[in-house]
Amino acid sequence: MATKKFMFVNRKAPYGTVYALESLEVVLISAAFEQDVSLAFIDDGVYQIAKGQDTTGIGQKNFSATYKALGDYEINKLYVEKESLEERGLTLDDLMDLTWEDEDDDYEEKPSIHLVDRADMAGIMAQQEVVISF
Amino acid sequence: MKYTLMINEGPYQHQSSDTALQFARAALEKGHEIYRVFFYHDGVNNGTRLSAPPQDDRQIQKEWSELAKQHDLDLVICIAAAQRRGLMDADEAKRQGMDADNIIEGFRISGLGQLIEGGIQADRTLVFGD
Amino acid sequence: MAMLHIVNKSPFERVAFESCLNHASAGDSILMIEDAAVGAVKNTRFSESIEAALKDKSVYVLSGDLAARGLSEDRIITGVTAVDYAGFVDLTVDNDTTQSWL
Repeated sequence: MATKKFMFVNRKAPYGTVYALESLEVVLISAAFEQDVSLAFIDDGVYQIAKGQDTTGIGQKNFSATYKALGDYEINKLYVEKESLEERGLTLDDLMDLTWEDEDDDYEEKPSIHLVDRADMAGIMAQQEVVISF
Repeated sequence: MKYTLMINEGPYQHQSSDTALQFARAALEKGHEIYRVFFYHDGVNNGTRLSAPPQDDRQIQKEWSELAKQHDLDLVICIAAAQRRGLMDADEAKRQGMDADNIIEGFRISGLGQLIEGGIQADRTLVFGD
Repeated sequence: MAMLHIVNKSPFERVAFESCLNHASAGDSILMIEDAAVGAVKNTRFSESIEAALKDKSVYVLSGDLAARGLSEDRIITGVTAVDYAGFVDLTVDNDTTQSWL
C-alpha cells in the first residue's frame, strides 16, 4: 500500500467532548498501516498532553497515559504549537514527557514532542497529503 | 477524483451530515467517485433505521441509504464508536447479547482501519464535523 | 501543494476561523461553510482579517449557507467568491489537499 503523509490535528481539550479520546483511537490504528503519521496539537488541543491529568473527580477514565504508548508504535512526530501554549500560560514543562526509542541509534530515547512556532506549524501542515481534524 | 468522506456528527444535531450529503451528490453528479464514507463519533447515528422525524422534515438516514443504493456507495460505521452509542447490525447485536439491531440498509459496521485505508486510497479526504 | 481550508464556525463564536487564517499558506484557498458563512459579510468585526487573507489567498463562501442565514450575496466582502456545492467540489479538485477547521 502507498505511503502517505497523514496528519491528525487536535484542537480540543480532553474530557469535555469525546474528540480527543476517539482521535487517539484513530492514531493508534493508523500505526498498523505504516504511513508517515504526525500529530498537531494547537489551540486547546495542547491540554490533551498536559501532565498530571486526574479524572477521579469527573467519573471518566484518564486516557492520558495512552499518549506515552505512541512512541512504541513509532508515532513520534507530535508537533506542539508554541503560541498555543503561551496563550494558555503553559510551557513545555507542563506537558507529559513523551519519548520513543530510536532503534537505528542504539535504542536511544528521544523526545516525541517537537515544539514549533505557528509559521513552522503552517509549513508542516502544507506538506501533508491527508489531514484529519478532530 | 476519488473521495473518502468522514462524518463526525449525528444527523439533525449538526449540519455536517447535510453538508456531506450535498457534497457527495454534487461530486457524483460531476462524475467523481466516492470511495468510502466513514461515520465516526456521533456520526454513527446517521446509520440508524429507527429514526422517525416529523413528516415535513428531511430523512437524513434514508437519504444516505438511498444514495448508497443508487451509486453503490460504501458507507462504513465505526464499530468502536457504534458500540458506545448503541448502533448495531444483526451480527454485532447477537455477539453483544442485545435484543435488537438498528442499522439501516446500505451501511456496514467495520473498524477504524477503514478510515485510514480510505485516506490512502482516495485522492481527497474530507472531514465533516463540529 | 495548495490546500483547501474548510471552516464551519462563526468567527464571532469560536477561534477556529482565526486559527485557520493563522495557519493557511500563501496560495491556499479558504471556504466558509455552515455557520462560518456569516464571516463573509463586510463591515464586521472580522472583515479586516478576511481582507488581509485575500492578499495572498483565495476566499470562498458556500452560497446556500449564506442565504440560509438571511444574508444576500451583495453583502459579502469584495474579493470573496460565492460558490455552490458544485463549486465546492471543484475547489477540492483544484487544491491538492483539504483541511477542516472543526
